Amino acid sequence: MDLLGLANYAVFMAILIGIYALLALGLNIQWGFTGLFNAGIAGFFAIGAYASAILTSLPASGRLGGYELPLVVGWLASMVAAAAIAWPIGKICLRFRSDYLAIATIGIAEIIRLVIRTEGWLTGGVRGVTGIPRPFGDLDYMPSQVAYLAIVATLVLIAYLLVERQVKAPWGRMMRAIRDNELAAAAMGKQVEARRLQAFVFGSALMGLAGALFVHFNRSVTPEAIDPMIATFLIWIMLILGGSGNNRGAILGAAVIWIIWSVSELLTDRLPTEVAVQAKYARVFIIGLTLQLVLRFRPEGILPERQAGSPPHR
Amino acid sequence: MSFLEFLNFHLVPGIVLGSVYAVGAIGITLVFGILRFAHFAHGDMATLGAFIALALVTAGLTPWAALPVAMAAVAVVAIVVDKLFYDYLKARPKIMTVMASLGVALMLRAVVQVVFGVDPRTYATGIVRPDDYFGILLRDRELYTLAAVVLIVIGLTLFLRHSRWGKAMRAMSDNPDLARLSGVDNRKVTMLTWAIVGALCAASGFMLGINNELHSMMGWQVLLPMFAAAILGGVGRVEGAVLGGLIVGIAEEMSIFILPAQYKAATAFVLLLLILLVRPRGLLNGKVL
Repeated sequence: MDLLGLANYAVFMAILIGIYALLALGLNIQWGFTGLFNAGIAGFFAIGAYASAILTSLPASGRLGGYELPLVVGWLASMVAAAAIAWPIGKICLRFRSDYLAIATIGIAEIIRLVIRTEGWLTGGVRGVTGIPRPFGDLDYMPSQVAYLAIVATLVLIAYLLVERQVKAPWGRMMRAIRDNELAAAAMGKQVEARRLQAFVFGSALMGLAGALFVHFNRSVTPEAIDPMIATFLIWIMLILGGSGNNRGAILGAAVIWIIWSVSELLTDRLPTEVAVQAKYARVFIIGLTLQLVLRFRPEGILPERQAGSPPHR
Repeated sequence: MSFLEFLNFHLVPGIVLGSVYAVGAIGITLVFGILRFAHFAHGDMATLGAFIALALVTAGLTPWAALPVAMAAVAVVAIVVDKLFYDYLKARPKIMTVMASLGVALMLRAVVQVVFGVDPRTYATGIVRPDDYFGILLRDRELYTLAAVVLIVIGLTLFLRHSRWGKAMRAMSDNPDLARLSGVDNRKVTMLTWAIVGALCAASGFMLGINNELHSMMGWQVLLPMFAAAILGGVGRVEGAVLGGLIVGIAEEMSIFILPAQYKAATAFVLLLLILLVRPRGLLNGKVL
């Protein structure tokens, strides 16, 4: 590979890392600071992806959309849509231990997948949505990639700064109090359920935004583009390995895991076809095993939560 | 639609599917009740059991003879998985074990995909015509499935009610500290629970496979209905899991009267949210964790 090709690849990777970093930050709000188990990340990602795609894409026959609205509207809509799905789920499940939320989020991700596949008038069915505009998309390949990277990096930075600010504010202390000792926090008059719902909805909105960034990057989206289990699971590993409860850890984890995941894909693609399929699933096995090893030997992650405290509760 | 048509095309398939869900839900309810966490690898453990049975069938056993062997094999797998991946998390918050189980789910599925591939498989080829029992059409495999489920439920109920170890399991479900004080060995009870749960997983996977087809996602796809069944019946209650399983199975088959067929899989989710909203303890007053 020549130098230019390498640079191209690096920019491409960096954009995806940025998108995954947003997802990991969203999960960090939910799990890292509040202890909520979201096992349906792919669902909120998909909601955001389709919401923005439908609002901003070029008109096409046979499906809703083609409003050609400005990108910012699409991105805001992706956050609102993901939050709107998260709210009722959280409202019902957050009264109980986080296990129930985990089950329900698996369910909602599955249903979102069903809706996307079935409701062709809305989502284009299996053909998906194409003709999604991309900011600076009419530049040459390299400048356009770099410009998109700048947009993604800016959004990640904004999200990071906002979340950091919230975590250092009294709100963050209250969230950790709720996570680490729910009864004590409730006894102090903190509204445990309402706060958890807040964290769940905010985190999901960030995931929705990541979905929007993903479709505008690809200019199209199909149901196959989002593998529910693997997408969800990769984000979890990113956060746990990077360090849950630490925003820099979440971003670092996104970079480390995404690089390992893509490089291993490059390697397995070079194998002869007979073993290539098996190698593909062996990679999934290794990702699962990595989680077990991290949980066992470094549960606090590479960059542990900064303040001394107990590991995440619930 | 005549009554018989309704019976043959909706109620009977619902009951068969529901009793398979019931077997899975019993396992989930045992883990939820005794070990106190939601076991997300349950479905994929069932997939593994179904494929172990397939390997035995390919080696020459008849399907129903392969079932007990597969149950024993997955019982061992479940104990090993617990020792390797869950046991050391005991002192940490339970949700960490839930996360570990999600990882185990992915690993077990990957093993099945590497060893058996991703194409759908069946235990026996060819079309089986159902026999007519006074107008009710039943295939042999459906009869055997129902009989096996009844046997499993009766056997397990007797075991939990009357045997020493069954009582120890129930004691640990009710109050682990008190059980330990009364001399119940939590480690042995945990092992026994996993053996039973593993065997139940294999049974549910096998029955799912023999009544339809085997593929690597089959277990993951029934995880939600099984959880819905366990919570619907009441966490920790074996009878509840059976009742819940039947309700979810029948509701899924009936859902086509009100929902487009593609949304059959959404039924369990709707039931789950409804019961959490209205009566989180479940129909038969189980636990709420």
